Amino acid sequence: MKLRVTVMPKNGVLDPQGKAIGHALGTLGFAGVGEVRAGKVIELELAETDPEAAKRQAGEMARRLLANMVIESFSVELA
Amino acid sequence: MNAAIVLFPGINRERDMALALERASGRRPAMLWHRDTALPEGLDLVVLPGGFSYGDYLRCGAMAAQSPILGAVREFAARGGHVLGVCNGFQILCEAGLLPGALLRNATLRFLSMDCHLRVEAEGTAFTRLWKRGDVFRAPMAHGDGNYFADADTLDRLEGENRVAFRYCTPEGAVTPEACLNGAIRNIAGVLSENRRVLGLMPHPENHVDPLLGSEEGMPLFRSLAETLVAA
Repeated sequence: MKLRVTVMPKNGVLDPQGKAIGHALGTLGFAGVGEVRAGKVIELELAETDPEAAKRQAGEMARRLLANMVIESFSVELA
Repeated sequence: MNAAIVLFPGINRERDMALALERASGRRPAMLWHRDTALPEGLDLVVLPGGFSYGDYLRCGAMAAQSPILGAVREFAARGGHVLGVCNGFQILCEAGLLPGALLRNATLRFLSMDCHLRVEAEGTAFTRLWKRGDVFRAPMAHGDGNYFADADTLDRLEGENRVAFRYCTPEGAVTPEACLNGAIRNIAGVLSENRRVLGLMPHPENHVDPLLGSEEGMPLFRSLAETLVAA
């Protein structure tokens, strides 16, 4: 079963990478770009076949390793 | 002082650290490998040196924090052992939950390789006893992710318990935003654990311990440790 874990900087945590991307988009001429935030996507292939159990497993992986809960939040979805 | 330095793949400051420890204590530290699961008997100090463990994959220090040796380091710290983490070592201690907070990408997105000045905030610890509060010293820094962050409650608790060890400052000792090139919150360069026996800091005092390299300003940290732990 494939899952996708999306890890994003928490609200209120400075995201210099997102800021720089936003700035570069402005330089390219894209007007009207508000806040830009950059995170990461991690795809997992799990042996588990029950979608809810697989999501719980991926959530546990995110809490313990994939995300740093001090600065990041995450969401899990079936891929 | 019986010290040991932990080697992770991608670490590069272990020899500088060994020289500084030997210079201060007269004893050569043991070198441990990340796959080891136990520490040598009779150890006073464990050091996690600087570098780029596991290529900084996922987040700086995230992989090293899960390596086999960290279990032993965690037990050692829980028993009241002294632990020092410098640069990547600081990031590893935060990722392992041995110190609060996290190190974000530098606010400028630039890798910073230059000297900085640090003001001593917490005096009387095993790491700082030869300094007084307010003393300023120069130390090299070399990092891309040194932007210390913790939530406001954690920061207030750290300050209230006098666990901010060092702050970035001007050569005159003024704590200003301009003196904090990586953007670290409240200019924090180093923090202590609750029992004040675990210290993490971003700059490299171990690179200022030899007059040949232009400065011995980092030496008090290692002499403080040697003096404290010789009696232990």
